[in-house]
Amino acid sequence: MIVMWAILSILVENKPGVLFKVTNMFRSRNFNIDSISVGITENPEYSRMTITTYGDEKQIQQIVKQLDKMIDTIEVKRLDEHKTVYRELVLFKIKVSKAADSMEINKLANAYGAKVHDAKKESIMVELTATPDQISAFEELIRPFGILEIARTGIAALQRTGA
Amino acid sequence: MENMSGARALMKALEKEGVKEVFGLPGGANLPMYDELYKSNIRHILVRHEQSAAHMADGFGRVSRKAGVCFATSGPGATNIVTGLATAQADSSPMIAVTGQVPVKMIGRDAFQESDIIGISNPVVKYAFQPREAGEIPEVVKKGFYIAETGRPGAVLIDVPKDVQQNEAEMVFPDEVRIRGYHPWTDPDIVETERAIEMLLSAHKPIILAGGGVIISGAFSELQSIAEMLMIPVVTTFKGKGAFPENHALSLGPIGMHGHAEANKLMTEADCVLAIGTRFSDRSVGTFEEFEKNLKIIHMDVDPAEIGKNQTTHVAVVGDVKASLRIMIKLLMKRALKKSDDNVWIKHVNEVRDYWRQNLKIHPGELSAARILRKLREVLPKEAIVTTEVGQHQMWASLFFDVIHPGTFFSSTGLGTMGWGFPAAIGAKTARPDLAVVDIAGDGSFNMTENSLATSVLENLPVIVFLVNNYSLGMVAQWQRTFYERRMIGVDQKNCPDYVKLAESYGAQGIRAQSLDELGKAIKAGLKSDVATVIDIPIDPEEDVLPFVAPGTPLKDMILPS
Repeated sequence: MIVMWAILSILVENKPGVLFKVTNMFRSRNFNIDSISVGITENPEYSRMTITTYGDEKQIQQIVKQLDKMIDTIEVKRLDEHKTVYRELVLFKIKVSKAADSMEINKLANAYGAKVHDAKKESIMVELTATPDQISAFEELIRPFGILEIARTGIAALQRTGA
Repeated sequence: MENMSGARALMKALEKEGVKEVFGLPGGANLPMYDELYKSNIRHILVRHEQSAAHMADGFGRVSRKAGVCFATSGPGATNIVTGLATAQADSSPMIAVTGQVPVKMIGRDAFQESDIIGISNPVVKYAFQPREAGEIPEVVKKGFYIAETGRPGAVLIDVPKDVQQNEAEMVFPDEVRIRGYHPWTDPDIVETERAIEMLLSAHKPIILAGGGVIISGAFSELQSIAEMLMIPVVTTFKGKGAFPENHALSLGPIGMHGHAEANKLMTEADCVLAIGTRFSDRSVGTFEEFEKNLKIIHMDVDPAEIGKNQTTHVAVVGDVKASLRIMIKLLMKRALKKSDDNVWIKHVNEVRDYWRQNLKIHPGELSAARILRKLREVLPKEAIVTTEVGQHQMWASLFFDVIHPGTFFSSTGLGTMGWGFPAAIGAKTARPDLAVVDIAGDGSFNMTENSLATSVLENLPVIVFLVNNYSLGMVAQWQRTFYERRMIGVDQKNCPDYVKLAESYGAQGIRAQSLDELGKAIKAGLKSDVATVIDIPIDPEEDVLPFVAPGTPLKDMILPS
């Protein structure tokens, strides 16, 4: 059994209860949601859910089929991560113990193209939009300073044109 | 366009769908729809518990292959139908449940008799609607029937807040509906069907496994044609029991936990299976890993999500199984098939079947399960409809009651709902008043919905309850004897109630049969009766159901009677 990561892009009816049904399907069939993001699309009648999950090939295929079977899903796509732009936004609140920390954190943020917000004497907030791998790498670098809080949005993904 | 109340529109929409009967029980939140039911041409069949209304609608739906309809009020009325929804959905039975709900403004305020039935029912229905405006009702009903009856059928809930029933609106009744995310029709793939044929023809030991999908799509003659054209023996799942005449020379009966010895044995020997309309339930296949070992699986099903869910499939033909089988027949007719009388596999199949039909040991008592069920088959017309409850009697029915006329046997096979058979039999009788209907019951199961005797008697829907009475929750007792060293707990029901008196107290006929001769007479009396008949058949409480494939073990490890 080879466990893999999958990005699913699901176009659904934009109406109450649909998010519940989709997440409840994952729960009731013993699948796991790794991350989820939901938002309205160019057509206000539809929302797009981007769900990442782990499983072996058979499980992922079954997830796609069960999603497809749901009456409120319009289209279910399993995205190839090599042909897809996928990003997640994360906010870190990082501890500042001494003045030098602040500079160090700013430097790291710059290197990762992250934005600094709410720089206070005792903490700094950093906003990073990146792939999950880049986010993990950044997180490791700032961990020594002390991470006070994290908020992640889950992945948003779209397939590249012509891919 | 016509101005009318939501409740009136609901009745009109139901009438447009051809609904002639609804099963239900009124309450505060569905009074407006009951008032319109009073004015409509639809017959109301009053139940004594909402769960029975749902099972009646389910039984009606399975027999007529049109959605049966049940009504319940909000709160506990709605929660009482949840088991019925789950039962229908698990067995892909078309059903519409219409519940009352508290007024829109009260939803979410924990109002009296408010339950979040949309949230509660979600995992056990095909779809649930809650119209918030009266004007939505005609389209919701149309969509509800469309979803319940097409593709893989299932249970649909329509939850109607009381003010939505009362409010007036300009109503438009659509003749057809489209749902963007729902595409129940897939044309069977000819290339895949050709591959399936090649695989079957090159197999040395092919077998057909017919599931409930054959019965749902009514593909009886197609199945028989394929089996006869290719000379392939047919086993069924328990839900598929009666998809193929069980007196046919190629019939081996059901496989599974309490399958026929010959069916389980030959299933494990086969090298290629044409599986039609089945979801490969654990009760049918034993263990998934062992079942697919050395077996090429051709899977025909209307539901693409079933392909590869439980078993690895080599060829998949997605689509209505009747349509798929028809294409297969057409393609086969283009080929010059050699029919050989010297078929080694069929010879072996016949030997194994004949051996087990002659040598399977049955309980020695006069009223053994095998003898009473064979007596029932002998006396009952072959077109009669049979339902079962859930337990030992159900598995004995699987083993010893042969279904001759395809599509006349129904049981709660997926959810295994005790108490299903009797109300389902009443629903079946509603759909087919011209046919005799028998519920093969056990005492434990019958206890759960026996108050449906009132409905059967007062609504003039006479059915026979064939009560295989071992004064206990027999299947659990068998497991305690087999797996828990006879530590018997919670299974003894004693001789309570007296089923003859119980039947009589409802104005039904109660007969106790203490010999096979008395039993034959009792069945005949039941067939002639204008009221329901309960035939109490006392059996040996220690009789086990055998053969038995213990849970979590492969079919080949079947336990046989010693």
